[in-house]
Amino acid sequence: MSAVLSYREAVRQALREALARDPRVFLMGEDVGRYGGSYAVSLGLLEEFGPERIRDAPLSELGFVGAGIGAALGGMRPIVEIMTVNFSLLALDQLVNTAAALRHMSGGQLNVPLVVRMATGAGRQLAAQHSHSLEGWYAHVPGLRVLAPATVADARGMLWPALEDPDPVLIFEHAQLYNLEEPAGGAAQPVDIRRARIRRAGRDLTLIAYGGMLPRTLAAAEALARDGVEAEVIDLRVLRPLDATTLLESVRRTRRAVIVDEEWRSGSLAAEISARLMEQAFYDLDAPVGRVCGAEVPVPYARHLEDAALPQTPAIVAAARSLLGARPA
Amino acid sequence: MIEFKLASLGADMDQGTLLEWRVKPGDAVKKGDVLAVIDTTKAALDLECWHPGTVHELLVEPGRTVPVGTVLARLLEPGEAAAQLPAAPAAAAVPSLPAAPATAAASVTATVTAAAAAATSAAAAAAPAPAARRPISPAARRRAEELGLAPEAIAGTGPGGAVSLRDVEAAAAPRAASRDRSVEIRATIAAAMSRAKREVPHYYLSDEVPLGAALEWLRRQNAGRPVSERLLIAALYLRAVALAAVRHPALNGWYVDGAFRPSATVHVGMAISLRGGGLIAPAIHAVEQRSLADTMRALADVVARARAGRLRREELTEPTITLTNLGDDSVTAVHGIINAPQVALVGAGKISARAWVVGGQVVPMPAVTLTLAADHRVSDGHGGARFLADVASRLQRPADL
Repeated sequence: MSAVLSYREAVRQALREALARDPRVFLMGEDVGRYGGSYAVSLGLLEEFGPERIRDAPLSELGFVGAGIGAALGGMRPIVEIMTVNFSLLALDQLVNTAAALRHMSGGQLNVPLVVRMATGAGRQLAAQHSHSLEGWYAHVPGLRVLAPATVADARGMLWPALEDPDPVLIFEHAQLYNLEEPAGGAAQPVDIRRARIRRAGRDLTLIAYGGMLPRTLAAAEALARDGVEAEVIDLRVLRPLDATTLLESVRRTRRAVIVDEEWRSGSLAAEISARLMEQAFYDLDAPVGRVCGAEVPVPYARHLEDAALPQTPAIVAAARSLLGARPA
Repeated sequence: MIEFKLASLGADMDQGTLLEWRVKPGDAVKKGDVLAVIDTTKAALDLECWHPGTVHELLVEPGRTVPVGTVLARLLEPGEAAAQLPAAPAAAAVPSLPAAPATAAASVTATVTAAAAAATSAAAAAAPAPAARRPISPAARRRAEELGLAPEAIAGTGPGGAVSLRDVEAAAAPRAASRDRSVEIRATIAAAMSRAKREVPHYYLSDEVPLGAALEWLRRQNAGRPVSERLLIAALYLRAVALAAVRHPALNGWYVDGAFRPSATVHVGMAISLRGGGLIAPAIHAVEQRSLADTMRALADVVARARAGRLRREELTEPTITLTNLGDDSVTAVHGIINAPQVALVGAGKISARAWVVGGQVVPMPAVTLTLAADHRVSDGHGGARFLADVASRLQRPADL
């Protein structure tokens, strides 16, 4: 094993470990077998585990997500890969009307232990039909657990707890993170898929991010630290149900928060978090809650326009500064 | 109704502490009356009324620190009845309150509200024409409540000038701790001088000026005067500088917003050392119109009050040129920093006997090195030299001063 592990390799290892650990687990999706996955996550798994457990699906998200739900109801532990969140819209009916609702509609008799993985996010010049961040839509839906691993360790460690969850879990892998590398850490560390995580401690304000926004938010915290501003950085990790406790504890200490969210601002997860902070920590706030979100346009193809449409580190730094007022440096 | 507001009593003043009221509700006041004494970082200053009226209501208690622009009291206009006040002013008549002016020339503004139509409802009445709502963070508001402070009265440094938690806690810190006046003065000087040295392109000129005639004239004048009325050479400097400044307007005025505003009159700021360190340069007004004796009286008065910490507003904000006299400090010359937005500063060193050539003979001559620091954006060396020569020339004719 190499000294460093990439996010892509971490997801693959997590898949391999899950497939080896539980015979009920199988992977299904477009191009996951012979092609090795559109982001090469499942490369080599077909050869290792065979076509029964690494199943190429036809180009029908509605069909193969439905098949995954059926398999889960039948006692399997399917992992369904959808190429990108944009395409998952074709499976919304299965995910929202069926997977998320069955336990409730059956009076608790039918649960759906399904894991759906999909890529999300922009930054790769894949234009407006492959680049959006719609995880907030799923985070709106009761009955779903929504995860966003932002580190190699979380990419490795979130899959197994997700498979152990008796209800449907959606895992959003930001496409820009696949090449992220971290020192290899041996065996997968179990991840608590109920809790957010403080990635950097700080006293002056709280930066809240998840997924693909975490690295640039940490970079913003570094930049702020050079000017003596100590930003706390929280990685949400769990988009639903939100770990409000960790957020509130932090904001009650720092009294300021900026939410960094690649989604469009209107109706975003950032909006929900902002509202909760206002509702539950209003009297602790020393400045309005700030947001840095994606521009409200279909994500552009052109590199410079795409960059301009996404939250970048300088914008995060500027938003943080704007909450600090005329502080002595 | 007249709103009596805290004016900016200096270019760098953004808040002040009300030390005492000199009036109470019901008192009739006229223009120029001192209504309140305000503590700034530099001095305790009298705040005057610029409008005749009757004190109706005092809105701020002594001890409170409030931002510039805060309405301190409400006054009735002459002839205005108190009963008219509670009426809710018609919307169109509510003055829009501008952001607090912070210019050097800011003065007390009396905002006059047209008498309102009819007092129909007492409930509607309660709202006085509000100043723009001050942004106060929720955390700051709660903390202020815990501490028993009025958050509206605290200067804000948060986003958009909002009162933040830090501001409340700073305001609550024991006054004694933040009340080391010499520290505050030093900080004020540091800020003003740093800005002037950074922004103003200074040039410096100097000349040795013989003072034999002036000193001899002073000696004869003072021989017949009681000690309290004796003239000092500084009074001659003041008059010479003021009269020369009238002739050379590019040295007398303010450089504000990228343009020079010459002053028709000469308010000479006199640099005065303070006990405990620091200095202050209050104006001696319209020196060019005063007699020498009058100038001397004004000088003695302003020095005494500066050192007692009791100056009037105009004296700090309105100098149009500054004179600094280090003659008692055994230095030959002073190359000063201009007290921006002024554009010139005249310095005088010690008077000492120097070898002087008069009529082909070397004679001992008491002389002073006069210097000029001037703003090159407004004047040039040639003009500055002519000004300095004019000052020197006038000092040779003391009887004309």
